[in-house]
Amino acid sequence: MTASPSHLKQTPLNAAHRRMGGRMVDFGGWDMPVQYPLGTVEEHLRTRTRTGLFDVSHMGEIDVRGADAIPFINRLCSNDVTKLVDGQAHYSALTTPAGTVVDDLLVYRFGPEHLMLVVNASTTEKDWDWINEHLTGEAVELKNVSADYCQIALQGPDALGILQQLTATPLAEIKYYHFRNGEVDGVPSIISRTGYTGEDGFEVYAAADQAERLWNRILDAGQYDTPEGVVPCGLAARNTLRLESAMALYGHEIDETTTLFEANLGWICKLNKGDFTGREALARQKAEGVKRRLVGFEVTERGIARDEQDVLIDGARVGRVTSGSPAPYLKKNIGLAYVPAEYAHEGQQFEIDVRGRLVGARVVATPFYKRERGATKP
Amino acid sequence: MANVPENLHYSKDHEWIRVEGDTGTIGITDHAQNSLGDVVYVELPKVGESFAAHEAFGSVESVKAVSELFVPVSGEVLEVNESLQDEPEKVNADPYGGAWMIRLRVGAKGELDSLLSAAEYEDYLSTETE
Repeated sequence: MTASPSHLKQTPLNAAHRRMGGRMVDFGGWDMPVQYPLGTVEEHLRTRTRTGLFDVSHMGEIDVRGADAIPFINRLCSNDVTKLVDGQAHYSALTTPAGTVVDDLLVYRFGPEHLMLVVNASTTEKDWDWINEHLTGEAVELKNVSADYCQIALQGPDALGILQQLTATPLAEIKYYHFRNGEVDGVPSIISRTGYTGEDGFEVYAAADQAERLWNRILDAGQYDTPEGVVPCGLAARNTLRLESAMALYGHEIDETTTLFEANLGWICKLNKGDFTGREALARQKAEGVKRRLVGFEVTERGIARDEQDVLIDGARVGRVTSGSPAPYLKKNIGLAYVPAEYAHEGQQFEIDVRGRLVGARVVATPFYKRERGATKP
Repeated sequence: MANVPENLHYSKDHEWIRVEGDTGTIGITDHAQNSLGDVVYVELPKVGESFAAHEAFGSVESVKAVSELFVPVSGEVLEVNESLQDEPEKVNADPYGGAWMIRLRVGAKGELDSLLSAAEYEDYLSTETE
């Protein structure tokens, strides 16, 4: 077992990952498991068919309190925070004046004067600075609480049954994108019915020093080490699971050069809610139409498309792949790509430059994978 | 620990070659398949193509990554393991057997001298992973 490189940040589960044979990599400055001994394919399939456990403690949390918490965040984010009720969360984006994306995030509403923002690990510092710079005298108290929390995601059809063994909170009553304050194995936790895999499941936030206890108790309750038990999953499976579900990954599908409408995120862009950063640019783009758009594609010939490869139509380089990978559950090679809007329709064929070899692909509907509703076991 | 059979020659690129007469059979090592993870795709050259020593002859892909394949010695491709097209997972299961990748007519046997023995390759692995 090699020691963690000292320049990398660690989650409170670092030792647990190493003990369980996680293969550690530098993920945006964090020492994180890319996979465990079962391997990415099995981790991915088990999350679809049973349940996977993910350490996502590297994600950032920013606490927003005060009388102006809701109007302030509503001014910086594209979704409508005033629509949230206590115990509800939604997906949103911090936008630039150009309508591009500083970060995508979850906004949790604990009360009329208390929100929590859950942001990407690699952008936590940038977001923190951005939010502070945009304060203009509002009655808001901001706190970067990223280091205080661990975050553990339990995802898949068995997730509810496993977690319910450890908590008195009636999990079936928590609706999708809602959360409760409760206890997991006696540890005060935020239990949120959210995730990044396309499966039903929960994300549990608790004090960082309780991470290993929760991790181990969930593995025990999920009968880890049995053929149908819960499996710990690395970042590689997290990526393929989100890609099958066609969810955006910051730095790939979205960044400060892509607008929400280009990325098909118009559904989190509430132009009629009142002013917010980027509203004008986004309204103009909506009226004029986008010049390029994110599409899902399947590779139709032998070959695997990868991130950053060029998209060609009639020999001209017209776009680029933002995420490309084998899809372990669908058993296809899939990806997301930006293409000129005139080509962004189902059935459009194009080619991808796979290290000098042109490989055929076809635009398909997204998400590539959609779980069957009601598949959750009691 | 990675399995390193005695009777093969090894390259620092983690390929092995087994020489019988003028023919060299080439694949990737147990260490290489283990580092890659689940192999989902193998791309190999056509019979008749020739390669200089350490030239790329194909690629092997896991879910996460692409790795180029390099011939340990120069030669002309005599045979390609077509079964890996449909069963790339054999690379993980049987890297020294059923997952051989190509057979070469070895151009210059002297080139074998620059490759590593099993013991030397094991030493190389232990320094590389430290």
